[in-house]
Amino acid sequence: MNNLIKINNLSFNRNGRAIFQDVDMTVMRGKITAIMGPSGTGKTTLLKLIGGQIAPNKGEIIIDGQNVPRLNRSELYTLRKRMGMLFQSGGLFTHLNVFDNVAFPLREHTKLSEKMIRTLVLIKLQMVGLRGARDLMPSELSGGMSRRVALARAIALDPELIMYDEPLSGQDPIAMGILLKLIRTLNDALEMTTIMVSHDVKETLSIADFTYVISGGRVIGQGTPAEVQANPSEQLHQFIQGLPDGPMPFHFPADNIEDDLLQGMTG
Amino acid sequence: MIDAVTNLGRYFIEVLRQYGKAGILLFRVILTAPNFRKGFPLLIQQIYAEGVLSFIIIVMSGLFIGMVVALQGYHTLVKFGASAELGPLVALSVVRELGPVVTAILFAGRAGSALTAEIGLMKATEQLSSMEMMAVDPLKRIISPRLWAGFISMPLLTLIFDTVAIYGAYLVGVKWLGLDAGAFWSNMQSSVDFNADILNGIYKSIVFGLVVAWIALHQGYDAEPTSAGIALATTRTVVYSSLAVLGLDFVLTAMMIGGW
Repeated sequence: MNNLIKINNLSFNRNGRAIFQDVDMTVMRGKITAIMGPSGTGKTTLLKLIGGQIAPNKGEIIIDGQNVPRLNRSELYTLRKRMGMLFQSGGLFTHLNVFDNVAFPLREHTKLSEKMIRTLVLIKLQMVGLRGARDLMPSELSGGMSRRVALARAIALDPELIMYDEPLSGQDPIAMGILLKLIRTLNDALEMTTIMVSHDVKETLSIADFTYVISGGRVIGQGTPAEVQANPSEQLHQFIQGLPDGPMPFHFPADNIEDDLLQGMTG
Repeated sequence: MIDAVTNLGRYFIEVLRQYGKAGILLFRVILTAPNFRKGFPLLIQQIYAEGVLSFIIIVMSGLFIGMVVALQGYHTLVKFGASAELGPLVALSVVRELGPVVTAILFAGRAGSALTAEIGLMKATEQLSSMEMMAVDPLKRIISPRLWAGFISMPLLTLIFDTVAIYGAYLVGVKWLGLDAGAFWSNMQSSVDFNADILNGIYKSIVFGLVVAWIALHQGYDAEPTSAGIALATTRTVVYSSLAVLGLDFVLTAMMIGGW
């Protein structure tokens, strides 16, 4: 089977507001699938739905034949051992140093000796270029270094699927370049499947194999980066080009401006 | 009018929802099978964080409270020619009430608030989410050792408080005000019953330890993952814990009073 994840008719509401309405998606095995869209469209929520941290109101999320919302706690935890996730803030444990952060999943889920764990941790840290930072505490790391450590931790158990939540946001160009290279290299070298949520259009399209653009709770465009860029949809064009106004309005919905201003003068 | 009723109903539903969530959290922690190999070192770490780090404030408070009770008690008892009863007065007040209650309130302020802030911060910085995504249950790894550490630390801290407070009373009554040391200790020994007084005080402290740790952990786990949310949750922990301790103290005292 070529698809690792299949999402069918997914709907999710929060506080009465529809975040997703009948969304369908597939994530191909061994590829980098980018999910892009404006801020607040529920990209992170989608990752949480895939990881089973929240449940949809309707629809299926099938990972390798298992419907995530239907799994019990123990089945879900077994499935999660095959996933890695890089959170936007990194999510490093602040009371553990870099080495112990990366060793955490190995100590929790394997019965490997400390010698073997040490070797594996150093290999993972070497992959992200931070073997020399093994004794530092998370508070001593820069934003980009934190994400690289979190990435080393996310791949500690060699997962089949890795999900990145806004890995590039707030990074300087060098850190961004390093992270992009790492995402592509790790995906190819470890034969993983990657889902990358981002709104950094140019950088994301440069490494993605397939792209979904979501807005207003629906998929407004999908395809290879070239197909998405060539799509004539106005909404898609506005997002890809970063235009301030268009189908996605600049102004938050409000009353007529003349009425609003006059009301102040007469009141 | 309808709006007011609706809002009131919404408020009570929210309160019930919070009780339900807190109940589920406690239920899951208590019913989770312990893993001694991984859990024991975590428990020891937490007993250090909650118990040992609260030691100084408990000792200092115990000393001064014992001294003040002795000073106040002496000047009242001496009017009735009963100053020799200072030992029993201090010991019974401290062992039955002041020890468990003051220790619990101090524990809520020192360790409870720290627990809430720590858990809230772990939530805000996605540490709990990342743990869940690594297939590690935060309730087992984070919440459970902290709850049991509160349960174990509180009676030990209460015993320390009791001991230090009685010693403080001895310093004031015997060393400063000149009471006879033999009368002080022997009257105390003949008036304090191990089961009815000391054990009942320890039972209270066990209940308080569990309740304070439970409130603190629930507030942290359920906190809004923002700076303001964590600050609010920390305040709530201290307020709710203190009220719960005082309310429960009345209930437990009413249940135990038959034995006195």
